[in-house]
Amino acid sequence: MYTKFSFKKWVVAVVLSTPLLTLAADISLLNVSYDPTRELYVEYNAAFAKHWKAKTGDTVTVKQSHGGSGKQARGVIDGLSADVVTLALSYDIDEIGAKAKLIPKDWQKRLPHNSSPYTSTIVLLVRKGNPKGIKDWNDLTKPGISVITPNPKTSGGARWNYLAAYAYALKHNNNDDAKARDFVKKIYKNVPVLDSGARGSTTTFVERGIGDVLISWENEAFLAQKELGPDKFEIVVPTLSILAEPPVTVIDKVVDKRKTRAVAQAYLEYLYSEEGQEIAAKNYYRPTLESVAKRYEKQFPSISLIKIDDVFGGWQKAQKTHFADGATFDQIYQK
Amino acid sequence: MSKKTNVLPGFNLSLGYTLLYLSLIVLIPLSAAFLKTTEFSFSEFWQVVTAPRVVASYKLTFGASLIGAFINAIFGLLTAWVLVRYDFFGKKLIDALVDLPFALPTAVAGIALTAVYAKNGWIGSFLEPNGIHVAFTPVGVVIALTFIGLPFVVRTVQPVLEDLESETEEAAASLGANRWQTFYKIIFPALLPALMTGFALAFARAIGEYGSVIFIAGNMPMVSEITPLIIITKLEQYDYTGATAVAVVMLVISFLLLLAINGLQWWSNRRNAEAIE
Repeated sequence: MYTKFSFKKWVVAVVLSTPLLTLAADISLLNVSYDPTRELYVEYNAAFAKHWKAKTGDTVTVKQSHGGSGKQARGVIDGLSADVVTLALSYDIDEIGAKAKLIPKDWQKRLPHNSSPYTSTIVLLVRKGNPKGIKDWNDLTKPGISVITPNPKTSGGARWNYLAAYAYALKHNNNDDAKARDFVKKIYKNVPVLDSGARGSTTTFVERGIGDVLISWENEAFLAQKELGPDKFEIVVPTLSILAEPPVTVIDKVVDKRKTRAVAQAYLEYLYSEEGQEIAAKNYYRPTLESVAKRYEKQFPSISLIKIDDVFGGWQKAQKTHFADGATFDQIYQK
Repeated sequence: MSKKTNVLPGFNLSLGYTLLYLSLIVLIPLSAAFLKTTEFSFSEFWQVVTAPRVVASYKLTFGASLIGAFINAIFGLLTAWVLVRYDFFGKKLIDALVDLPFALPTAVAGIALTAVYAKNGWIGSFLEPNGIHVAFTPVGVVIALTFIGLPFVVRTVQPVLEDLESETEEAAASLGANRWQTFYKIIFPALLPALMTGFALAFARAIGEYGSVIFIAGNMPMVSEITPLIIITKLEQYDYTGATAVAVVMLVISFLLLLAINGLQWWSNRRNAEAIE
């Protein structure tokens, strides 16, 4: 009696688990990304799944996780099994290598364009009609102008903002560091609220009606304009800005353990394809592929863009001189 | 004491469980924080936790929490009084409303408060033209911390007030006490321990609060940065040790303050007992 029942149970268990076994043959990937890429990757994941199915017959499901870039990197350091990360700045990915040893040191050399399939930059968003007549970075230092930007200590986007303004000041003051520091200090004196993230600042500017100008990611500015209508806000393109390269990489230790290296690698490489680039451009990221860039020429005005490696000696150095405790940003607020 | 009077068996077993439970849930995670800071030498630790920006944040966090808890002690007592002593239409609804700050996700509270107090919000649009700035100033921090702390005082005072027998008040009145004397000599002393517990809970809750404050504070260094934000800031820079160092300081100050409040409560209880004898 007992053995019979248990045999039956076994049969049931095996029958029930068969569909599970076939499901397990499907592949799933986890892409850990930052806040503003949500819409981009929803579209891209569907496109990639189709491409992969046609190429190999396998079904791939990509799960997405979004949040502040630094917080996401800490999640991966603390054990979140991301197959790939697509973050806001290379500093955050560097730390995944340094703190958790999940990727090699030279990860950024593994894919073209510093492992950044798409780029963006920093622009200024003003209210309709530009009532304060803001044209360029130096207008932000004028008294009576209220500037909205997040806190560079907590927001990756805010660090790009700070560096863009700093680079402008360097260029106009013969690379005089003291004058550039003074320049950004004047801007931050005009900042009434330092939100902890880029989306928070957009909300403060758009919903709360605070500030005359929002320093913003170009893609966020386009998105705000699209969501809220071009009759409310205008994008002002400064004469000089910074080339923001949000990089991507596979997490070696994770893909080797989960045996997903081939598909994870293909997932990132497909971002550089015609279709991947098209989706990035549609979501307001600047494409790196020449042919797609040409097609979207009108959408993205040409700005003279400096590179962080050229002007600030890379992220590690920029972080240390400008955003570490007691560095130039902290000095703005010291009496 | 427990040995000779306890009618139910199992003191050893229940104490054992209590200690195990407290260790697992409270002590082990906290000691991990303390251990992490040992990566610092003492002078490094001291330098991190006494940096001007950090000190300014302690002042704001503890100051605003204290003010918030005080406001709640006064108005929470009033609310509890009204809910216990009077009957009116919609009383059950108000009673349920009191718990709302408990249930609401703190971020929702923060966003709602900011929307109301910003210069284009319902209240802010009246205050700002008169030069009163609430959102994005330390005043906003106090308001958020008052909001989240309210239920603690009401819910601790309410049952005590319910148990208070009206005979004692009648006796006081018949012995010639006026209304004010009845309140501050008879009712208030009986409520004081519960009120202090409510105050301590509201205060402790406010110190650790992050979600609701972060939206309304403005987060300006030296002015409106709360200590939990400093901790997040340090984590954002991958400075785990620095973050835990600040956390440990918060922990120690909170613990000492709560200990002091408990001591005060014990003292007032004893004084009460003596007065009754």
